[in-house]
Amino acid sequence: MSWALDHLGEILSRAGQHAWLAGIPLVLGLLIALPLGWLAARKAWLKGPLLSATGLLYTIPSLALFILLPSILKRGILDPVNVIVAMTIYTVALLTRTVADALSSVDPSTRAAATAMGYGGFARFRAVDLPLAVPVLAAGLRVAAVSNVSIVSVASLIGVNQLGYFLTNGYARSFATEVWVGIIACVALAVVFDLAIHGIARLLTPWARAAEARS
Amino acid sequence: MIDDLVTWLQDPAHWSGPDGVPARLSEHVVYTAVTVLVAVVLAVPLGAWVGHTGRGRWLVTGANALRAVPSLGLLFAISMLVGPLIQSSLAFTLPSIIVLVILAIPPLLSGSYAGVESVDPAARDAARGMGMRGPQVLAQVELPIAMPLLLSGLRSATLQVIATATIAASISLGGLGRYLIDGLAARDLSQMVAGSVLVALLALFTDGALALVQRFLVSPGISGRRTRVGPTDVARLGSLRAGVSSTPRGTSPAVSPNGSD
Repeated sequence: MSWALDHLGEILSRAGQHAWLAGIPLVLGLLIALPLGWLAARKAWLKGPLLSATGLLYTIPSLALFILLPSILKRGILDPVNVIVAMTIYTVALLTRTVADALSSVDPSTRAAATAMGYGGFARFRAVDLPLAVPVLAAGLRVAAVSNVSIVSVASLIGVNQLGYFLTNGYARSFATEVWVGIIACVALAVVFDLAIHGIARLLTPWARAAEARS
Repeated sequence: MIDDLVTWLQDPAHWSGPDGVPARLSEHVVYTAVTVLVAVVLAVPLGAWVGHTGRGRWLVTGANALRAVPSLGLLFAISMLVGPLIQSSLAFTLPSIIVLVILAIPPLLSGSYAGVESVDPAARDAARGMGMRGPQVLAQVELPIAMPLLLSGLRSATLQVIATATIAASISLGGLGRYLIDGLAARDLSQMVAGSVLVALLALFTDGALALVQRFLVSPGISGRRTRVGPTDVARLGSLRAGVSSTPRGTSPAVSPNGSD
């Protein structure tokens, strides 16, 4: 405990780094998965191939990806960009299916009503389909966030700075306290992500809150 | 990178001995098979029981919360706790196996739980009405219907174990991860790249093989053979239910009217 207090500054700065490495890919991955998932939900013949292809990306073990990407991207192995790209790949792999499921979960009669009111094309997607898909999207994002926080810590094996440093360093020094501090900090960060996504989803779905208040 | 990779793979020295590709590959496969088998024995009956009785749901919730624990941290923490207690060469292998089993349990537990839980109560009642006893209902109705979700859990558990066994090379486990960790220590990029490609291929190949198994084991009355089931597929619960109620023939050929002939 006193070790954690003595190193509070270092823990917070590494946690900040960890949050960027796990969080930016979450946003980028969602932006890439939205059009892909939309295509999968719209075109039945594309759904199988698209979901299989993105699913395959998730099978690549993280340490292998962290080592292969620097060679492919022609960057130094310590460059955090490699980690961001790797985590974006994993996020897209998880979220494409979620986006397709979320958009399919929108009631067809709601969509028909929106069309009847004059909504068409992108306007309907933005104003009707997307907001109604938020609860399912948020559930998928929470899974991806927890998974990202855990996988980012693996990058400490190749020396990229974040909370995983406490794990590798603590193990190398046979100092269990440091390892446990690293684990607890990772879990705490995952909980923060989870609560943040939950909160944002609540803000974006005022009708769900209204229904809760009435019941 | 490709040249380095081809040169490394063509070197005959890398294909024999205890550090050769065949030896490392079979180590990796054995670790994965043993771990997944132990995890299946522990998790699947438990998950099926929770889904069948509806009791002990906190077990599934708890196991899922465990996924937030970074696997690298769990690996280091358990090996520091358990390692000193073991006085043989197992001191490095056993902690890794324990962690791999722990990591394989949540997807298997929630897969088997969600699968059995998703069984339409009407199908369960129908089976009882036809005179089936508890174990028969479980074996002939609930498990076949649970199979797609159960096998999705098996696929994600297996992939998780293959990936984490790679990381476990950093606490002296064998397997293909050795090339990645040793290559890193020796700054030998071609060895690292070759190891990474081999691990990625192993993961892709295993997932493909399990997808085939899934195709054979899932009753056509349930899969409908139209869409394939992916590892993160939750939305199929709905279509499973529809499949059960619309094709009563699919539940079990043993209970068809002329089954006693």
